[in-house]
Amino acid sequence: MRVKEKIMDENDIERTLNRLAHEIIERNKGTKNIAIVGIRTRGEFLAKRLAEKISKIEKTQIPVGVLDITFYRDDVRLKLRQPEVKTTEINFTIDDKDIILVDDVLFTGRTVRAALDELIDFGRPKTVQLVVLIDRGNRELPIQPDFVGKKIKTNLNEEVKVSLREVDGEDSVLLIEHD
Amino acid sequence: MPLKSRHLLGLEGMPKEDIELILNTAVSFKEVLERPIKKVPTLQGKTIVNLFFESSTRTRISFELAERRLSADVVNFTTAGSSIAKGETFKDTIKNIEAMKIDMVVIRHSSSGAAHFLTKIIDANVINAGDGTHEHPTQALLDIFTIREKLGKVQGINVCIVGDILHSRVARSNIFGLKTLGANVSVCGPETLIPKEIEKLGVEIYHNIEDVIPKVDVLNVLRLQLERQNSAFIPSLQEYHKHFGITREKLEKATKPILIMHPGPINRGVELSSDVADSEHSVILEQVTNGVAVRMAILYLLGTMGN
Amino acid sequence: MKILFKNARIINPAQKLDEIADILIVDGKIEKIGKIEENENFQVYDFTNKIISPGFIDMHVHLREPGFEHKETIKTGIEAGANGGFTALCCMPNTNPTADDPSVIEYVKKKSKEALGGIVDVYPIGAITKRIEGLELAPIAELVEAGAIAFSDDGNCVQNSSVMRKAFEYISMFDKAIIQHCEDKTLSGNGLANEGYWSTILGLTPYPDISEEIILYRDLRLLSYLKPKIKKEKYHIAHISSRGSIELLKKFKDAGLNITAEVTPHHLLLTDEDIWKSNYDTNLKVNPPLKSGDDVDALVEALKDGTIDAIASDHAPHAPEEKESDFASAPFGIIGLETTVGLILSEFVNKGIITIHKMIELLSINPRKILGLEPVKISEGEKANLTLLDPNLEWIVDERKFKSKSKNSPFIGWKLKGKPLGIINNGKVFWSSL
Repeated sequence: MRVKEKIMDENDIERTLNRLAHEIIERNKGTKNIAIVGIRTRGEFLAKRLAEKISKIEKTQIPVGVLDITFYRDDVRLKLRQPEVKTTEINFTIDDKDIILVDDVLFTGRTVRAALDELIDFGRPKTVQLVVLIDRGNRELPIQPDFVGKKIKTNLNEEVKVSLREVDGEDSVLLIEHD
Repeated sequence: MPLKSRHLLGLEGMPKEDIELILNTAVSFKEVLERPIKKVPTLQGKTIVNLFFESSTRTRISFELAERRLSADVVNFTTAGSSIAKGETFKDTIKNIEAMKIDMVVIRHSSSGAAHFLTKIIDANVINAGDGTHEHPTQALLDIFTIREKLGKVQGINVCIVGDILHSRVARSNIFGLKTLGANVSVCGPETLIPKEIEKLGVEIYHNIEDVIPKVDVLNVLRLQLERQNSAFIPSLQEYHKHFGITREKLEKATKPILIMHPGPINRGVELSSDVADSEHSVILEQVTNGVAVRMAILYLLGTMGN
Repeated sequence: MKILFKNARIINPAQKLDEIADILIVDGKIEKIGKIEENENFQVYDFTNKIISPGFIDMHVHLREPGFEHKETIKTGIEAGANGGFTALCCMPNTNPTADDPSVIEYVKKKSKEALGGIVDVYPIGAITKRIEGLELAPIAELVEAGAIAFSDDGNCVQNSSVMRKAFEYISMFDKAIIQHCEDKTLSGNGLANEGYWSTILGLTPYPDISEEIILYRDLRLLSYLKPKIKKEKYHIAHISSRGSIELLKKFKDAGLNITAEVTPHHLLLTDEDIWKSNYDTNLKVNPPLKSGDDVDALVEALKDGTIDAIASDHAPHAPEEKESDFASAPFGIIGLETTVGLILSEFVNKGIITIHKMIELLSINPRKILGLEPVKISEGEKANLTLLDPNLEWIVDERKFKSKSKNSPFIGWKLKGKPLGIINNGKVFWSSL
């Protein structure tokens, strides 16, 4: 395997998140009704960063939650994988809220499908709006993002590797080619 | 890393990593139990049979709730027959159930080794919900989960199991699991109810609860099975309560707060006085909540295991 | 019948006989021993490196008929015995009806002559008490007259000391052995496995090993007490199983009591730990229960030094649906007629623990003496009562080759070296199918 391209560096990610924060505030005409929920693992950290930026801009606190979707995955039920389970933390009611769902990479759409099923078990949001850092195409379900950091075309033998300083020690997005 | 065995028959010989995997997974399921919709779709389409040859309402309900909250289909078979059921009936019953294409079996039976026997005759995953006086692994796991949640760890914690150790599967499973995780384990009970050579499992033996209280962090108090008294292992319940019953007065000698645990159902005034059972030290009801989470974790880990 | 075995090793310690020779059997009699010319009328077998021994007898067998024919019948039991290399066996009285009436003894003797042409001699053991209930003496004299070879209540060990005392006194008049399965039932209770570390780990109801010693001691003291009065006693310990019992046996033998003991192959080869290793295999559920490694050591020593007089299988057939169950529900007992000889050859003689001479004493000479049967002689003119052995043949115990109706053996699949080849007795020959 080899690194084909460095799609984003530390500064690119920072600028992109700034733009996304503004877009979210613009589309929702403020922050009155929004809550941000990140999909584990890296969606959690992106969600927290976005929440911090939005809070700073609008000078108000935004509720943040984290979703672990392991129990809702369709490949776990079919015994294809048994990933390690972490906790979900949604400490606020989601009824009637505009939920900003955050993930690092949108690919087949199955992760987001599972996240939507889990969210609906928590209550009835007013809207769910999807924010992704990278949309790499190759959808298998009819799922589209509302806010995109960067859209790229990829092949199935390629991997989009997002690294975040909170968990990987650095910020970058790499396109990796596997044999 | 999945569990090493596709069955849960006991904690004897279960590797530390497997016990920890179950406990860690149970944390996630405990959170699910706090949600408005206490259900996840993970075991949808799976059929689980609760085979209870020995009557037990609480364990069966706990398992049933765990199964339903994982979206599995549940079938209950309860044969409140005598423990000396003819072998043919047992084997034929199992084979008939298996022929209905089921995925997992939760079995409780009055004969030690019954869960092992089950694995020899069917393909489905087998979970031991209590076999004779041998093991009751899910009870021990929820006990250990409770200790870990309340005290932050298990290693180095001093736990004493009190009561009829000879006939207790809860005691055996707890001893195996706690020792694996590095706890200091002791047992306390009348000599007639302590099994021979149990010290070889690395436990200390006490015959008076007052000797134990200053030394422990946790008391896991077993139900004194009233039927046993008829076989004259002990002269009377009153005498038992005097030497082994936990009362507020006796607890005053404690040097630090002690967690009071009990697998239920409680014989108030025998193993525990009412004021202890209802006190701030008692985690008996939390054990019940944790029981569902731990059982969900086990069902999840076995039910989604690769082929 | 005209059978010539060439170059066989013919052994009978009782005759101080151990030589390589040809032996010719004609119509059930030993015609000649020595160098014999082949003849087209003879069936000739090359018995180089094979052994001819006085016929073996298994003195502790359950034939289950009358009453429990789903487990075994007299016919299938006899076939199993012949298959295992036995020319004779003693059957226990716990049938239904019990052998507490001469008619049952006569029935068993009659039926046994019909199986395999009567090649296996069956000596029924009579009950000590009526219905083996341990309360009233059975009609001992009538049973002796009908052909009872010895007396026992087997698993229903007489608990009442006063009844046992009377049994010792009464039976002493008849010069027949009393065979005792020693068990204090108030101590053994519902015990399933030897009380100790393994029963604790397995959660199996404990069966303290002293249950055996306590009854043994009671009986031996009773006999010592009665000896001046009854003058002669004949007491035989069934399936002795613990170090403590061996010590008692030695002590009272040295003190001059006429007591003997048998041991089973499974008590010599398996321990309580094996129940744990096998995950509750019910083919390890026996009474007396398998004991500790230390007890096994004591039994093997006693086998070597002559403290134990005989080996007997306690062949206890049970139907598969009875044994294929959880440990508590399964009945006690395992079969042994078709594995005993192979196990002793393989695990004791070939491993140098006992000699082939000792084996013959344990399986033929001593049991016959205990039971008061004529010793077998291997000499010209004598009736041929012979067990044929191949001490070097390697084989695997395969239940599909068993003649017994039941298959409850923990030795299935064992690789053994040394096998019974067949038997000759009462003018007939039988070749083993194992």
